[in-house]
Amino acid sequence: MRSICYTAYVMEVMITARDVSVVLGGRYQALKQVSFELEQGKITGFIGPSGAGKTTLIRAIVGRQRIKAGTITVLDQKAGSPGLRSRVSYMTQEASVYSDLTVQQNVLYFARMLGFRGKQAAEVCAQALARVAMTDKTGVLVSSLSGGQKQRVSLAIALLGDPELLVLDEPTVGLDPVLREQLWGLFRSLAQDGKSLIVSSHVMDEAERCDDLLLIRDAQLVAHDTPQKLCQQTGTKTVEQAFLKLAGGTA
Amino acid sequence: MSLRRVFATAGRVLLQLLHDPRTIGLMLVVPCVLITLLKYVFDKQPLVFNSVAPMLLGIFPLLMMFLVTSIATLRERKTGTLDRLMTMPISKFDFIFGYAVAFSLLALVQACVVSAVTLGLLGVTVLGGTVSVLLAAVLAALLGTSLGLFVSAFATSEFQAVELVMPILMPQILLCGLFVPRDQMAQALQWLSDVFPLTYSVDAMRQITTHAAWTSQLVRDLLVVVGCAILALILGSITIRRQE
Repeated sequence: MRSICYTAYVMEVMITARDVSVVLGGRYQALKQVSFELEQGKITGFIGPSGAGKTTLIRAIVGRQRIKAGTITVLDQKAGSPGLRSRVSYMTQEASVYSDLTVQQNVLYFARMLGFRGKQAAEVCAQALARVAMTDKTGVLVSSLSGGQKQRVSLAIALLGDPELLVLDEPTVGLDPVLREQLWGLFRSLAQDGKSLIVSSHVMDEAERCDDLLLIRDAQLVAHDTPQKLCQQTGTKTVEQAFLKLAGGTA
Repeated sequence: MSLRRVFATAGRVLLQLLHDPRTIGLMLVVPCVLITLLKYVFDKQPLVFNSVAPMLLGIFPLLMMFLVTSIATLRERKTGTLDRLMTMPISKFDFIFGYAVAFSLLALVQACVVSAVTLGLLGVTVLGGTVSVLLAAVLAALLGTSLGLFVSAFATSEFQAVELVMPILMPQILLCGLFVPRDQMAQALQWLSDVFPLTYSVDAMRQITTHAAWTSQLVRDLLVVVGCAILALILGSITIRRQE
């Protein structure tokens, strides 16, 4: 695997994007020549206002979105390659779960689609549900869950199969502060286990928790750096202020 | 494609339906009620009823499975579950055949119930026997499922999915020979009727009603129905794309 050398350490590259452009519906330019390199074992935040292009970028990384120009390489393979399908998991923005199935039935179905069988399938489901604190709701129909609970079921499915890269589109939307804290704890422990995470958010205070940030606005990459450095460079105290400064607004 | 994933998907689709007993009830009860109603519509013409009722056994499963499948797959497209599945190590045929298996099974149950009422309680006689009726009904349902899967790609809302019954299935029902024998229609309509798959599903039922043994026409009819179902499944699979 290719590596980028920094002064002190060697980091493995997780994703390389070069001059990525995406056009939606033949007209709307959703991404304009976006280039970046992300490292393994980190939590990278895709931060920007709604409609900026975060979801489009995420869909391109998981291979659901065709790109008009440029290249995206994930774990040394072209984005969307069959070889990546069991190594990368994707949690869509809307809780992509079946509302007319129970929590357990949902997670079990996706576990089976990932190739787990019998007892093993039941085990990975139990583990995933425990990690999102939904063990007490296994028999409940998803339609009777709250929005935040549905999000957690969806996240549990993204945890199945121990993927190396988790791509999570707004995973903490609609969660209360306590749960949000818990999930960030989970993200952090996944990163400590060597997993890489991409987490999109339009809530700026979440940006502070990331190792690395991509600020996206109007289909363009405005900045790519650690939260600390972004604040240093812009002479601001919070990522929100940094973003506003970079985006040309007033802090 | 893996059989295990096909059956996992079929099982999941059926489980979803089990959580919706009202839909199952509607599927099983409504056709029986309608056929019973028709018996009394043709109160003074029992022979006409005897030829019309089996044709309906070929139309109901197609119509119902078309509706159910088009809405179910539309939901998969809209709620992100298809998005998620398409990033997993599965083939889209696992998904498509999963639906085909699930709704064919459901159609078999429906055909058993509706046939029991029609052939048993209402006393309709078919020379070809119940098993042939069940087979033709399940194949009609498979055709309905395949068409629904394909057509759902052209609907962006559940309203549209339901409304698509009008342009896609209504003409086929009008021209299939149910209302007027096909050879009495205008020539142009006969040609049109010749290319509608439902025509063959209905003709198969008519063959089964009037012949004790399988006729070559019945074999042809069933092959056309299966062929159209496969064609629609292939077209449907093209509309389900890994990358959009």
